[in-house]
Amino acid sequence: MIAPPPELQTPGAGDFAGHDLLEIAMGPHHPSTHGVFRMNVVLDGETVVKLTPVFGYLHRNHEKIAEKNSYLASIPYTDRLDYICSMTNNWAYVLSVEKLAGLAVPERAEYLRVIVGELTRLQNHACLAGFLLQDMGALGTPLMYAFREREKILDLFESLSGSRMMCNYMRFGGCRCDPPDGWLEQAVRVVAEFDSFLDHFEALLNENEILRARSQGVGVLPRGLAVNAGVTGPGLRASGVNYDIRKVDQYGIYNRFKFRVPLGQHGDVFDRYMMRILEMRESLGILGQALHDIPAGPIQDPKVKLRNLRPKPGEAYGRIESPKGELGFYLISDGGPAPYRYRVRPPSLINLTVLEDMCLGHTIADVVIILGSIDIVLGEVDR
Amino acid sequence: MNQELQNDLTRQGVVLTTIEELYNWGRKNSLWPLQFGLACCAIEMIAASMARFDMARFGAEVFRPSPRQADLMIVSGTITKKMAPQVVRLFNQMPEPKYVIAMGACAICGGPFRDGYNVLQGIDLYLPVDVYIPGCPPRPEALLEGLIHLQQKIARQRLTGPERPRHMEENVPGEYPVPQFGPHDLVGPRLRGARIPDANS
Amino acid sequence: MQTPEQIKDRILAAFPGAHLEVIPNGSPANPPSLLLDHGQAREIATFLRDDPQLRFDYASNVTGVDWPEKVVKEKVKVRKIIDGVEQEAAELVERKTPGFLEAVYHLYSMALGQGPLIIRLRTGNRTDSVVLPSLTPVWRSCEFQEREIFDLFGIAFDGHPDLRRILMWDNFADHPMRRDYVPAGDQEPKP
Repeated sequence: MIAPPPELQTPGAGDFAGHDLLEIAMGPHHPSTHGVFRMNVVLDGETVVKLTPVFGYLHRNHEKIAEKNSYLASIPYTDRLDYICSMTNNWAYVLSVEKLAGLAVPERAEYLRVIVGELTRLQNHACLAGFLLQDMGALGTPLMYAFREREKILDLFESLSGSRMMCNYMRFGGCRCDPPDGWLEQAVRVVAEFDSFLDHFEALLNENEILRARSQGVGVLPRGLAVNAGVTGPGLRASGVNYDIRKVDQYGIYNRFKFRVPLGQHGDVFDRYMMRILEMRESLGILGQALHDIPAGPIQDPKVKLRNLRPKPGEAYGRIESPKGELGFYLISDGGPAPYRYRVRPPSLINLTVLEDMCLGHTIADVVIILGSIDIVLGEVDR
Repeated sequence: MNQELQNDLTRQGVVLTTIEELYNWGRKNSLWPLQFGLACCAIEMIAASMARFDMARFGAEVFRPSPRQADLMIVSGTITKKMAPQVVRLFNQMPEPKYVIAMGACAICGGPFRDGYNVLQGIDLYLPVDVYIPGCPPRPEALLEGLIHLQQKIARQRLTGPERPRHMEENVPGEYPVPQFGPHDLVGPRLRGARIPDANS
Repeated sequence: MQTPEQIKDRILAAFPGAHLEVIPNGSPANPPSLLLDHGQAREIATFLRDDPQLRFDYASNVTGVDWPEKVVKEKVKVRKIIDGVEQEAAELVERKTPGFLEAVYHLYSMALGQGPLIIRLRTGNRTDSVVLPSLTPVWRSCEFQEREIFDLFGIAFDGHPDLRRILMWDNFADHPMRRDYVPAGDQEPKP
């Protein structure tokens, strides 16, 4: 491994005169940048000596639109942030509004939130494993298996909320509608099938020598840097830091479920991949408990005025453990029908802070895999 | 030619057709899309190419990463003003005959993000669109229906005469002007839509 | 978890003479925030990160907020001459509260599991005095978020390693998230 010269190790610094380097732009249209993301990579042969990410190709000014919309009208826009995980985006937003306005949620709604949140985590991690393997060269097969399971989960979402992807399901003070008859039984079946799918998936991939050779030791993220750079989610836990917001904040009713938080040792791409597999197993456990214990009852607090919610002036920051990391919403209310300031704390953008540090010294083929293991969705990075 | 006679001959193993039909049949059943996903609709596009919905049945399974090898651009997702020059450049790099499907509300007209300082209100401001697929996001079946509409459109194309497609005409360019970044907005000629002069330009 | 008042006392013990203010939060279930002065902001931030009882090692969220100047109408009692007699009368007077831009930091401690601590930095005004000290040298997670605030609000962060636009293109001239931003005039007319 060639270490880059010291003056090239900080972003924005360095003098390239006299070096025979090649600067290429990867993206925004690229098969493996997971969306419209651009990286200006400076190469010495095939080794990366500098990497500058360029954002903004999907900046849809969600925050400005939210300043004109009512609180309720912003919920469908949150679906479109991290467009693979719409339920958890909804949850983070309604959690922030509930903190701001001081609203309570009935118990059945909390269980439903946990169930759809963990189903979202399952399908997100399965897709991530599929996309990561596709970046490594397994063109299509793991992704096809992952999407097959994802379609079963999307069928559940569709019969629950009416839409496969942009579910718009949560409301302040509860959920929008009750599951139809037979939904819970079907969810139990999907969870059981997912378990055996994971067994096949792991048997197919975990011992695969190409996966191991390309991912072990690649893209190491040290603990101290991960904490200081604000990396959250599976990437942080793969570096060995035990910080899962479901255990720290215990939002919702997560304190009622028994689940473990897997931790990695090396912080390389293989650890981040294994983190997703292990977290899928833990999610299956939580789903089993939630589907067993869900009580009957109302799903929405009837005293909450959804349409003309005007929280008292103040501010609140609500955060959840989304599949990508810490997704937070910071809301400032001035007493009017629309928020004065609406800010999304995007886990994908902040996890990208360390992209350059992880890629320096590796080859350009590894850059693709490291980016894939961070798990970004451009709707969230650029909002 | 009489359709019954044609079917009779086909049963005997004799196929009669025209060059036009054959040419269009070959093109429409092997449209190679450009692997070009911008936002949420791209995930439904990927789902349409996966096992349940299977775009491979329609010949459009081979997504090409390079625009030089593609003949269909499915613009799936919001086009921002920062991305618009790249989209037009990619379209210019595709060889003729080429088609554009605008998938999703954002590609048609800006969608839910229309009131945005960085959102382009539809890709048809800069590129000629053949099929519009509404939805947010459109289901994979809707994308397949849009693809079938495009195939029917290609099948109907006459190769001679005044209605011939763009690539059969001599002096019609296949490339469109690329917008540039101005201090407040994109600048450059548009395909349609009157530009209201703003106070800042 | 220490309250912001206790943390303020701890900071004042370490930095006597620092200007700190606890800004109350309108919604009582949520914590108040600490307003820091520019002069020692980075040293105070380093203290917050390294002090063994605080250990705020994780800056979760950095937000920019635009507070334009407000015109407040007040009734003020003045002495006026009405009909030749000096009397006290009520008069409507307009007073302008100055506008400023603000950066809000949410800090958590991964080591001790406490948080959030909210600190605020405010600029002098919205036009020419828009420089704030950057906290990126203390917490690397502020790097992209401060660039975004520079891009969308116009606050220049002094000490940021790479301050340039992040979401809009480089020669874009406006700061779109300000409350008085008007988009360029060629939006298509709505039906």
